[in-house]
Amino acid sequence: MTDGSHGVGGVTFDASRRRWPNEVNIFAALILIILIFEALGALLMNQSFLFDSRGRFDTIFNEQRLRIIILQVSIIGIIALGVTQVIILGGIDLSSGSVVGATAMITMSFAQVATVNGHPNPKAVFGPELMDLPAIVPVIVGLACGLFAGLVNGLLIAYTRIPPFIATLGMLVSARGVAKWWTKGQPVSFPTEGYAWIGSGMMPVIWFVLLAVLFHLILRYTVYGKHTYAIGSNEEAARMSGIAVDRHKVLVYAIAAMLAAFAAIVLSSKNLTAQSGMGVVYELYAIAMAVIGGVSLAGGRGSIVGTVLGALIFGVIQSGFTFLRLDAFYQEMVMGAIIVGAVVLDQWRQKRAALRS
Amino acid sequence: MDSDIVLETRDLTKHYGGVHALEGANFILRQGEHVAIMGDNGAGKSTFVRQITGVERPTRGEIIFYGEKVQFDGPLDAREAGIETVFQTLALADDLDVPDNLFLGREKTLFNLGPFSILDYRGMREATKAGLEKTGVKIPNIHNTIRNMSGGQRQCVAIARTATFHSRLTIMDEPTAALGVQETAQVENIIRALKEAGEPLILISHNMRQVFDLVDRIVVFRRGRICANLVKEETDGQDVVAYITGAKTQDEYAEAF
Ligand SMILES: Nc1ncnc2c1ncn2[C@@H]1O[C@H](COP(=O)(O)OP(=O)(O)OP(=O)(O)O)[C@@H](O)[C@H]1O
Ligand SMILES: [Mg+2]
Repeated sequence: MTDGSHGVGGVTFDASRRRWPNEVNIFAALILIILIFEALGALLMNQSFLFDSRGRFDTIFNEQRLRIIILQVSIIGIIALGVTQVIILGGIDLSSGSVVGATAMITMSFAQVATVNGHPNPKAVFGPELMDLPAIVPVIVGLACGLFAGLVNGLLIAYTRIPPFIATLGMLVSARGVAKWWTKGQPVSFPTEGYAWIGSGMMPVIWFVLLAVLFHLILRYTVYGKHTYAIGSNEEAARMSGIAVDRHKVLVYAIAAMLAAFAAIVLSSKNLTAQSGMGVVYELYAIAMAVIGGVSLAGGRGSIVGTVLGALIFGVIQSGFTFLRLDAFYQEMVMGAIIVGAVVLDQWRQKRAALRS
Repeated sequence: MDSDIVLETRDLTKHYGGVHALEGANFILRQGEHVAIMGDNGAGKSTFVRQITGVERPTRGEIIFYGEKVQFDGPLDAREAGIETVFQTLALADDLDVPDNLFLGREKTLFNLGPFSILDYRGMREATKAGLEKTGVKIPNIHNTIRNMSGGQRQCVAIARTATFHSRLTIMDEPTAALGVQETAQVENIIRALKEAGEPLILISHNMRQVFDLVDRIVVFRRGRICANLVKEETDGQDVVAYITGAKTQDEYAEAF
């Protein structure tokens, strides 16, 4: 892709002067933020943020902190992979946090064991015939929940032309309602061993990485990806070029909600319980990861690589604040400022691009 | 019925709510013929194009393409039937590059996996280069996004898109509106090449010189209706202007005005 011979018709084109991809900037921002925390750590705490400061020679990094950072961002990161696609499409999905809640509750109900320590499961939702099921059953149920929510979102947006903001806001409220109604607010606990494996240990990270690679390839190398970018850049042009815009929108919203549902499966498995309040404001964190990662709210621009970097920035900041022993309040305030900053930066970039042409 | 008719519309009509953008258009295009559509802004020219290219559904009327009554379900349908169009709005995706735009909606793929079919980037790149070479369109870097291109370059991409594919009817809606002298000449050469190849064309243009240079026949639209159908040899610029402004109307179209 990078050979410089694409000049057509004799117009010179200097390949060496191509602007680098935006992801490089975001990676630089990530490094910068880490360095800031390192400096603050050296100044205020007299210890290193990410490097091993106990002077051992077998480890360079503070592995425990690194592990916490990526584990922390993995589950919301999975949601962000879907949110990224929706935003590139030119839409927005506010429902993912609530979809996580509803899916976790319903899924966990199909993942319960019949007996706990010789007693019947105290949190049982269904009778014994729906207990001790193989893990694949709750997983399918969960993905079906996501599919259903995504189809409702997508069909509303594509065919009734309700703005995505409104349609998914409705789903945000309704799905949370489902989560609370399912067991009248009671938590659902005691999953089978098979189900508990899904989110155990570093599994959330593995799922996140696998899904990130998968969707990076899909967005980059398939018709699905191309059409997602095309619709986000110019929906009218996409329509005139013969892309089945409405059908494609339904597909993207369905995939996004299924990713949220999968995040719910991993989260409930990791926590070994599901509560109706699970996933509250996750949608905003997921959107933040995407936006920090350079996904343009105007649609058409952004990438999975960017979002993964955005997720890492998100995790580093969170963990950095904990490291500096700052209150969670400050953390939220600063996070808000960073999100706004990322959007302002994106708009500034757009304006500059518009001026150039 | 005539077998050399490429496109015929009968009573083609489009209303946008109360706006009668197109009213009872009866239009015929014959094999190998190049026809210009002229008319003031808002006369209904682009609306006419949108009806015959499947972008919109006509309110009423018939479209007959190569002797067959057609009802395109969408732009892709019309393209597959062989109608290539340069829309006035260009219909380009700003964040994609040149090959992506040339093949938008009909991407070359390696494996067919439905929506997840793998894109044949190399094939599209080669075809794009060949297409640009063929049409003489100059784009410094085909991997530049459309957003970073000048108005004229964008237009060149849109024109190259139609010229790259073999078509049974080409429609260009003001293809040279933003172009410089050289680029305009280039597009006119593309149109002449189509003429030599015997491919029919509908050209929408406000440029009188260009129209008289390139086409065989001029159809004039006024306030959503066709008001004149003029063979080039039997008319001149002044005459056409008179029809455009409403100073004159041909007898057979007169009763509507
Ligand atoms: N989607 C729409 N909804 C409502 N009115 C429309 C729509 N599209 C076009 N019109 C109206 O239809 C009329 C014809 O418009 P059209 O674009 O066909 O004109 P045109 O002849 O192509 O003009 P120009 O030379 O400026 O391109 C105009 O009055 C326009 O305002
Ligand atoms: Mg027009």
